[in-house]
Amino acid sequence: MSKKNISQHSASNEGKQISKIDRRWIFLFILLGVSIPLLIPFGFEIEVTPNVKMVYDLVNSAHPGDRILLSFDYDPASKPEIQPAAEAMIQHAIDKDLKIVAIALWPMGVSLMNEIYEKKSDNLNYGVNFINLGYTAGGMVAIQSMGRNFIDVFPRDANGDDVRNFDIMRDVRNFNDFSFVASFSSGTPGMREWIMVAGDSYGLPVTGSTTAVSTPGFLPYINEQRQLIGLIGGLKAAAEYEKLVGIPGTATAGMDAQSIAHLIIIIFIIIGNVAWYLNKHKSKKEA
Amino acid sequence: MTDFWTVLGIWIGALATLSIWSFLYKDNPFYKFAEQIFVGVSAAYWFIFTIYNVLIPNLFDKLITDFNSNWLLLIPGLLGIMMLMKIFPKYDWLGKYPIALMIGTTAGLSLVRFLETDVINQIIATMINPLNSGSAVVAFGQVILIVGTISGLVYFYFSKKHEGFTGGVAKTGIIFLMVSFGAAFGFTAMARISLLIGRLQFLLGDWLGLLR
Repeated sequence: MSKKNISQHSASNEGKQISKIDRRWIFLFILLGVSIPLLIPFGFEIEVTPNVKMVYDLVNSAHPGDRILLSFDYDPASKPEIQPAAEAMIQHAIDKDLKIVAIALWPMGVSLMNEIYEKKSDNLNYGVNFINLGYTAGGMVAIQSMGRNFIDVFPRDANGDDVRNFDIMRDVRNFNDFSFVASFSSGTPGMREWIMVAGDSYGLPVTGSTTAVSTPGFLPYINEQRQLIGLIGGLKAAAEYEKLVGIPGTATAGMDAQSIAHLIIIIFIIIGNVAWYLNKHKSKKEA
Repeated sequence: MTDFWTVLGIWIGALATLSIWSFLYKDNPFYKFAEQIFVGVSAAYWFIFTIYNVLIPNLFDKLITDFNSNWLLLIPGLLGIMMLMKIFPKYDWLGKYPIALMIGTTAGLSLVRFLETDVINQIIATMINPLNSGSAVVAFGQVILIVGTISGLVYFYFSKKHEGFTGGVAKTGIIFLMVSFGAAFGFTAMARISLLIGRLQFLLGDWLGLLR
């Protein structure tokens, strides 16, 4: 066997061995790649992207005392990705002295909203600059009804009290009484329904946060028509928002782990492709 | 001091997480147990939640407190009962009517909304003049947007064979589609890692107290 043939033979064997690697090794690498940076943070720099800056600017453009609508359209399965964005936006709204009307199109959104309220309760005065109106069924139809008469959909808050008794709700009629709506969304009903009804039909500016999986589907709505004003897509974007607000939270803490995990995935993709190429090369030779 | 129930909840959450993760090594009784518990608890939770947060406030409360103003709610109530008839084979035909009504209404509402949001407004958003953008970077992005939209649409135009000029444009469309699939895959990988980070923050922080 010539020297060239020997080197090709050993390379194709390596390719075969690599392609047979037990996937559990990959799981272990990912686990370590995520755990170690959480325990020993490296402090990688976080760059703010234009879409997140648009969301920040929209909240910033509201005047003190303006009323904003936050819709919690997700459940605990998406909590790690969306909750940090919701927390950061509520903190931003508190800093700007905005009035927060919180609702949920997903049943579990109510308890996730309450978690944030309990954390921030020192700066939130219930009924004055914050109210939790709870969950409403109906999705798109419910949003349409809110556009006609908001109180018809939410006559009572999550505790069962008449919303007319609270300062924050006293003169609310429809979407015209809100500066914008932010949907924290991980599916249907969620951000798409808000864009379709509140944005495109009633002209209320729509923004918010989605899971990273859904993000590519929402990017086309950020356009000249301003169907969607910015987007906090996934944990990385939530970390960017935390940076803008100036209060690092769980998203920022997870960014080192996210970067290292991505690096590991990239390395394995390269290894996988090299193995595929070597195997293909060998098959061709054998043929 | 953290109360007993909070600590218990954290321990149950941690052990359930580890049981589910154990499937990554191989299928085992811990995984099966956690999976069955999850399915059972979810079903029970949704059942109770729907009764207390949907049926009682939206139907029963309104009918009991002010029947005269809300008697029309008897119709959706009746439709709901008809839908439940699906569980009795003899009367399952009754369930077809509320389902037909739901599908018809949803399709009618969605058609108008999707047409406005996903067709008309999206087309208008593509009708842009890059020469008026004011900056070279924005203009370049807008040109990419126009070329990507048109070539992507040409790829899905099947009434003309993809050869010659049409074939070239369709091939350009494939490149844009591949880039969008790659971006979607990247976002998906990012989302899964984010969920893992969330669970590890819970295990290392809330459970073991190792995170600052």
